[in-house]
Amino acid sequence: MSIVDRRQNPSGRNLGNRQRFLDRAKSRLRQAVKDNIRARSITDTTSDERVVIPSDDIQEPVFQRDAATGRRSGVLPGNREYQSGDRLPRPSGEGGGGGSKASEDGEGEDSFAFTLSRDEFLDLLFEDLALPDMLAKKLKSVETTRTRRAGYTTSGPATRLNMIRSLRRSLVRRAALDRPGAAAIEELEHELARLESGEIVPADGRAPETRIAELRETLDRARRKRATVPFLDPIDLRYNRMESQPEPIAQAVMFCLMDVSASMDEDMKGLAKRFFMLLHLFLARHYEQVEVVFIRHTQRAEEVDEQTFFEGRQTGGTIVSTALDEMLKIVAQRYPVEDYNIYVAQASDGDNLTRDVEICTRLLSEQILPIAQYMAYVEILPQRDRLSLSPRRESDLWKGYAPVADTHPGLAMRRIADARDIFPVFRDLFRTEGAME
Amino acid sequence: MSADDTGTPLFRGPSWTFDTLRRTHDAIERIARDELGMDPYPTRLEIVSSEQMLDAYASTGMPLNYPHWSFGKRFAQQEMLYRKGFQQLALEIVINSDPSLCYIMEDNTMAAQATVIAHAAVGHNHFFRHNEVFRAWTEADTVLDELRHARNFVMECEERHGRAAVEEVLDAAHALFAHGVDRNRNAKHPDPAEVHARLAERRRAARDEADELWLRTVPHQAGGGAPDPEADERRALGLPEENILMFLEHHAPLLAEWQRELLRIVRWFSTYFEPQRQTKLMNEGCATWTHFEIMTRLRDKGLIEDGAYLEFLDLHSMVVAQPTFDHQGYSGLNPYALGFAMMRDIVRICTEPTDEDRAWFPDIAGNDAPMQTLRHAWAEFRDESFVRQYLSPKVIRDWRLFQLVDDREAPEYVVGAIHDEAGYRNVRRALADQYDPAVLSPRIEVTDADLRGDRRLYLCHWVEDGQQLDPLEARRVLRHLARLWGYDVSLVERDATTDAELFTFRSDEF
Repeated sequence: MSIVDRRQNPSGRNLGNRQRFLDRAKSRLRQAVKDNIRARSITDTTSDERVVIPSDDIQEPVFQRDAATGRRSGVLPGNREYQSGDRLPRPSGEGGGGGSKASEDGEGEDSFAFTLSRDEFLDLLFEDLALPDMLAKKLKSVETTRTRRAGYTTSGPATRLNMIRSLRRSLVRRAALDRPGAAAIEELEHELARLESGEIVPADGRAPETRIAELRETLDRARRKRATVPFLDPIDLRYNRMESQPEPIAQAVMFCLMDVSASMDEDMKGLAKRFFMLLHLFLARHYEQVEVVFIRHTQRAEEVDEQTFFEGRQTGGTIVSTALDEMLKIVAQRYPVEDYNIYVAQASDGDNLTRDVEICTRLLSEQILPIAQYMAYVEILPQRDRLSLSPRRESDLWKGYAPVADTHPGLAMRRIADARDIFPVFRDLFRTEGAME
Repeated sequence: MSADDTGTPLFRGPSWTFDTLRRTHDAIERIARDELGMDPYPTRLEIVSSEQMLDAYASTGMPLNYPHWSFGKRFAQQEMLYRKGFQQLALEIVINSDPSLCYIMEDNTMAAQATVIAHAAVGHNHFFRHNEVFRAWTEADTVLDELRHARNFVMECEERHGRAAVEEVLDAAHALFAHGVDRNRNAKHPDPAEVHARLAERRRAARDEADELWLRTVPHQAGGGAPDPEADERRALGLPEENILMFLEHHAPLLAEWQRELLRIVRWFSTYFEPQRQTKLMNEGCATWTHFEIMTRLRDKGLIEDGAYLEFLDLHSMVVAQPTFDHQGYSGLNPYALGFAMMRDIVRICTEPTDEDRAWFPDIAGNDAPMQTLRHAWAEFRDESFVRQYLSPKVIRDWRLFQLVDDREAPEYVVGAIHDEAGYRNVRRALADQYDPAVLSPRIEVTDADLRGDRRLYLCHWVEDGQQLDPLEARRVLRHLARLWGYDVSLVERDATTDAELFTFRSDEF
């Protein structure tokens, strides 16, 4: 026999395997999350996310028998009363014969589906992305305060009286001081009345008078005690304590600007929609309230609802500055800069009236960028350009915005040619490091 | 040390030292060899931390293993259970090798270490060395070499072909793990090196033959015998074949040499574990009976103190706890408990037989040679035959065993046999069947391969008692199988008695 002391050997031999397993599960999850965001409305972020992972990846299937088919017998220990031939009901929750026959309809049941909470979903989706607004926030350092519940206090306005707490204290005090209840006094009175009327006599054979005198005294003492020990004493009272806490602005408004002129086809709008949707999801994760304002423009701009924004048709020329103007107007009317974080996302094919570009540039650098936390401009390439190998000529708008973006870190511009590009571009725009430098 | 027999306790108090471990091991081994006539492999005690124990646990109890994510998955599960306190760590792991490796945890008290040594280093170890199933299926002296080879080879492949490619093969092979054993053939391996050589040779020959068949464009027409080319092919492939992993290793047309070797490695693991699958009840019964007997003898000799013995009893009663079927904690028959009960019962039959025992076990009742009888049973049986041979009416009564029949076509369960005169034999038969390896896993064979058409591989599941395959899992496995075969795969479910076709899975249908 020999003894080998292995304790000094490195433990965690399985760390590598464990990492392999986690990698496997996680990358599939990430992929599934990305797939999931394809078909949903921009503002639908309330529901939990069902994520389906192809099961081959973390499951270890084996040929095994289906317990819902056939005949089997087992030997069990601990028989108490059963005789041979007894029939026992199946435990509930199990169906009768047949059960799950092989169903051929699709991959659905063949995958491993589970539900992520919204937060888990978004965490995965926006892993290592951050809001690029830190600089702007510091400059403004705007904080609002908000009251929060913070325990209980012994004084306060009547409106904050906490009934449950107060009565609980009262009950404790009354019990401790032995305050007789109304029912107990009533019972004494009742007995006294019946004794006095001669209806009953004391059970222990004493003279009724003795008992009457005794009862009177007890009753008297009880009444006095009831009078001196109040039902509710000021020391019982408890109030909800509220504390005001400073809070960063917890609301944001997101402006979606889109060129809907004839040059933007349905396909391009679809790409824009996905981009807007991602942005909304992302903002909703950081702010309690995100309002979305849709502004579409041709040579005129107007605020519309989501459906019209994406589906409505309009024809006309293209004057981008109208949309910027409209946005500034709405900000002035409804979204005071002190209270809202303002995000702007603009999608366009880049066409604009040549003389309007200059106006846009000025609006951007002088009015919009100073109040907005961040503005993302995505240029959707038309289908015909997506496959062409030659570098696309720069659009008017791109040419105009580019110098602004160079001097203003709050403006970012990217091109999107294909649905595949959207998520990478989005990640690129909000990457934790680097993007702001 | 001669002090052992003078009645001085081998150790005092809970903590252990290398010295007490050694002395206790020697005393235990002396009892095992001299008094019980047991003959285990030499032992190497390996002291590990609980962390390392958890590690060993997750890699299927092997001292070294190839890397694979599924071990990480198991590790994560075990760790969670352990850390949340749902489950205790195993006290020991013992490897069927020569010398046998016995892992013991540093956190155990000396009483627990003594129990573990008696249980694993003596009980299991003797069983490994002498049981017919182990002797037929495993080669104790090459286990460690084989493990080392598996690990190095897999890591080498990962370096050369990428982790994903290796995992694809291993995942698929793991799905067929239970179908990598030659159940029907006697798997006596004389010399593994020789076996390797022979296998390689056979593999090459088989593939040459198959290639030739594929390349042959003009079938033999001459001669009056009119040879059936399809029959030739089937003969070349050795169909039907139950060992799916081996079939793929030898005949899958598209696999590279390293992929075939990976399949062989997984098949080796499957074969290594096969005896453990077939003898779980006996193996644990033997080890549990041994530790109980040895610890009791140590106490009787005054070699362990009453405190340590009490601690041992506490441990032992935990190990042999058997909740009844209607108890919340019931999770099947506890092999430690039933095995222990049966071993004790055999001793009782040998030494204090009743008339019933004389009627049931005429050849061993009252032979007054309990150790010899036990050693014979440990050597010559596996769970299924052991139960069929040795389960006595008394154990059935004590355990109040009964048979429950579950027919999915019927609305209710039906109680079959119970612990009465009419039921003993039926209970015994039913329990033995339960341990029959043929019953434990579904019988699936490779039946045909279309070598000239679309190269589809055909498998058949012989359905017993109407128990069909879980369709979801079956499809998943089939997908893995198709990946290894390289072409589509069909699996037909056929009733084993009526030959009626019940269902067909096709890998290209989903």
